Amino acid sequence: MIEGLALLDLGVSPYSGDVFHETPLIIYLFHFVVDYAEITFMLADVITAVALYLAVKDYNKQVFRKQKFALEADRYPLDCLELIRSPKEMYYIPLKVAMFYLLNPFTILSCVAKSTCGLNNAVIALFILSTIKGNVLLSAIFLSLATYQSIYPLTLCAPALLYLMQRQYIPVNFRRASFWWFIVQYAFMYLGSLFVIICLSFFLLGSWDYLPSVYGFILSVPDLTPNIGLFWYFFAEMFEHFRLFFLCVFQINVFFYTIPLSIKLKEHPVFLIFMQLAVISIFKSYPTVGDIALYLAFLPVWSHLHRFLRNIFLVSCVLLACSALFPVLWHLWIYAGSANSNFYYAITLLFNVAQILLVSDYFYAFLRREHHLTYGLYLKRKDGSEATLVLK
Amino acid sequence: MGLLSDPNRRRALISLLTRLNTPICLVCYMAGVAWFMGLAFEPFTLRTYMSENAMGSTMVEERFPAGERALATGREFAAHKKKVGGMPVDWLVKTMQARGLEVFTQSFSRTLPFPDENKERYMVKGTNVYGILRAPRAPRTEALVLSAPCSPGDNNQAVGLLLGLAQYFRNQIYWAKDIIFLVNEHDLIGMQAWLEGYHHTNTTGMDWSPLQGRGGSIQAALSLELSSDVITSLDLVLEGLNGQLPNLDLANLFYAFCQKIGVLCTIQGKLQRNDWDSVSGYSHAVQTMMLMVMKQASGRPWGDHGLFLRYHIEAATIKGINSFRQYKTDATTIGRLLEGMYRKLNNLLERLHQSYFFYLMPSLSHFVSIGYYMPAFGLLTVILLLRALDLWVQLTHIFTGRYLSIYSACIGNSPLLIKYVSSQQSSPGVLSVLTPLVISHLTGVALYTLPIRFQEMAVEHFPVSETEAVVLTAIAVYTAGLALPHNTHRFLSGEGTEQGWRVLKLVAVLYLAVLLGCTALINFSLGFILALTLVPVAAFVTPHIPKVLSAFILVILSPACTLLFSVFFFQELQEMPVSFQDGWLLYLSVISQGILDHFLYGSLVYPLIALLVYPCWLLFWNILFWK
Repeated sequence: MIEGLALLDLGVSPYSGDVFHETPLIIYLFHFVVDYAEITFMLADVITAVALYLAVKDYNKQVFRKQKFALEADRYPLDCLELIRSPKEMYYIPLKVAMFYLLNPFTILSCVAKSTCGLNNAVIALFILSTIKGNVLLSAIFLSLATYQSIYPLTLCAPALLYLMQRQYIPVNFRRASFWWFIVQYAFMYLGSLFVIICLSFFLLGSWDYLPSVYGFILSVPDLTPNIGLFWYFFAEMFEHFRLFFLCVFQINVFFYTIPLSIKLKEHPVFLIFMQLAVISIFKSYPTVGDIALYLAFLPVWSHLHRFLRNIFLVSCVLLACSALFPVLWHLWIYAGSANSNFYYAITLLFNVAQILLVSDYFYAFLRREHHLTYGLYLKRKDGSEATLVLK
Repeated sequence: MGLLSDPNRRRALISLLTRLNTPICLVCYMAGVAWFMGLAFEPFTLRTYMSENAMGSTMVEERFPAGERALATGREFAAHKKKVGGMPVDWLVKTMQARGLEVFTQSFSRTLPFPDENKERYMVKGTNVYGILRAPRAPRTEALVLSAPCSPGDNNQAVGLLLGLAQYFRNQIYWAKDIIFLVNEHDLIGMQAWLEGYHHTNTTGMDWSPLQGRGGSIQAALSLELSSDVITSLDLVLEGLNGQLPNLDLANLFYAFCQKIGVLCTIQGKLQRNDWDSVSGYSHAVQTMMLMVMKQASGRPWGDHGLFLRYHIEAATIKGINSFRQYKTDATTIGRLLEGMYRKLNNLLERLHQSYFFYLMPSLSHFVSIGYYMPAFGLLTVILLLRALDLWVQLTHIFTGRYLSIYSACIGNSPLLIKYVSSQQSSPGVLSVLTPLVISHLTGVALYTLPIRFQEMAVEHFPVSETEAVVLTAIAVYTAGLALPHNTHRFLSGEGTEQGWRVLKLVAVLYLAVLLGCTALINFSLGFILALTLVPVAAFVTPHIPKVLSAFILVILSPACTLLFSVFFFQELQEMPVSFQDGWLLYLSVISQGILDHFLYGSLVYPLIALLVYPCWLLFWNILFWK
């Protein structure tokens, strides 16, 4: 960031060296606040926390209202009444979400390191807030800002569309004209604001060379500095011949889960947002711990699922141990010279596997609760004996 | 993922682990200790071998002739040292220049946080003198270091030999790397100043003048300690700061040359024996290995080489020992040995990295690598994980027990059921665990900061010296922490007490497991010794065991008492057993040295124990006295 600002002050394009990969709007923002950088990042974190607080409060109200209607319509079988959520238990959840985000060691670490991830998180949190409040225009604008920063939030289009359609009582059906009309509207707003932002960046800097620097960098992964992601080790080891193939495979992996997840979770778009955020932060090309902090902040919203979670103990132990081992093995590799990159990558792999296990565990618990709400808590086979639910 | 998703197999495995938890823990502990003791048994070790090809094949005849002249130079150095009363800087500069080296000096000064009683220094000021022999035909990108510490009254022969070698090396044409001949004052403090100046870092707050001349990146270094004209054996010292060890190839190089030239070589001062299948032979090997483990666990550099390791420079110290043996080796032979070692190091194309960095040596020709000794530690950590699993299962049973009882009691009465359910549901009280955690860590912070801060106040009010004040304050804060559980209960809003201590124990056990794992990766010996004493504590403490006996056992197994026993054990292993009085004084000096090492060289043992291990142990103390 500082290099980019220095180059800008000298009148040279900041993207001419291979060091700077942030978007032009961010440079201009920092041009004004570079002396108050710490306050800016703290402010970004506070904005994220407040946005998440308001979003979750609104979401809880809607969940409770839907639950009340379902109870009155007598749609729940009798024996699953313990799964019903009460306002008293849901009262503290927004506060817990904000606290989870602010007090997470990962958030504090990324704030201290002055990583621009804090600003990305703020934009995504504002997007979530505007989507849940039902404001279509603001949601499209914030989503385009988030996509402008890094390409991956594009996949959050699908849950946003599903949620807004649900809120406006438009049925999700391919054959309905209102469905397509709404998609066209949203796409118009989204693409329009994206276009405006890109042209603004062009006029600010006077050239198009930020496009390959920012988006080409994210997509083609030229820099292989070790981080907590999965890309660097693979790309350091493979031959040039196959690089394009593996690049396509890895990048498609990020976008691929949108379609199946949207089909499965079309009734529950907020959970879909959570899953998408998690998939993005695990599989993106340059993840940071700030991304992880954002989706971990959502966990209190699903705290009612804890009785269906099966591997939470193992997962939290592994996540804790890996977070502690990251700096130790980095030190041993880079400073002491006694270990090598394999040790560090082993911990990275373990960390990502634990995150995947965490996300899939929550997915299982969510689906299982929905299943119980439809079919009853204590399942009986046809002859009346006790049955167990097995995920095949 | 059959095991993780199939509920029947999961339940079977988990019930097996919970039923047999205590027997499995005991078996694992015995197995871990037995595995560790078995490491010294010769059939389980590997012979050392040279891994670096560049150092392997040259057949060279060493021709260093000037041993006697080196000893004469050493006597001259001693005389000048006595005359000046410290380091004879001008004489050294003149002598090195006469031998054709580029000579530079560096002055440094440091005020210790409190006086060092072992070496009797408080405000240290000194000068390092070093001469660079430039490689005649190669670009000046790499360097080797030969150093000899200048101590009052000792080590004169080493400086003489260093100067003799400098003169001999100057006449040779085959040097491809620069050789730096360093004489440092005030041993480790001077060495730290020189290294910081060379690498432009300043991690310990020392004042030093910048170095005028440099030689390129240092590939290897040797430090000489020679205090007599003839020796009977050469001892190799490997342990460095924070338990870091040089690459095993350096030890292999030393051993290969001792075999070639025919000098007796020892490690930990012990000669290796051939009768590994007898009891006394095995116990000899165990003693050598335990000495290495103790030295590595202390985290202090046991020779001037210890500080090089942090900068990724392989270094070792060679000590000459003169004991009661018939065959004596003179200075010329030692010179030839060093010449041979340096010629081999001269051939290196890249830094030593082929051989192991983590190893234990039961003798100089056998070693145990990390793959063989880590399972011993792993077995001890498995106990902690099994205990954590057991506690988790107990905690979840407490919850599902509540759910089932509610369901069976109130079936059919929906609105009342909802109210009852909502009043009973409570997530595991993680917040109630927070208070003991915070208080334990605050005590740890007090143990870390108070001894240094309050030494002036303590000296005013009590008739003790500053060092004693620091050490006694540390012991006082440590013992005051023992009184905590009786007071923290006033602040605790203990949730259902049966659940509360289980949650605290789960957190404490996982915390200890992660802490010991990270410690063992950096310094295996320290991690293993802490695991030996703390894992039984963690596994068996509950509020329901007899309090007086278990309080006594907990104090015996606490880090401070472990240190006390290690001091006595270390003296026993070195065949210099001490009486209780002397042992206690030695213990106090070990604590003060540990604190000084942290402030002077950045050793991590003292902050680790004060800020992380001691609060963890306090958590278990808390659990014992849970009401």
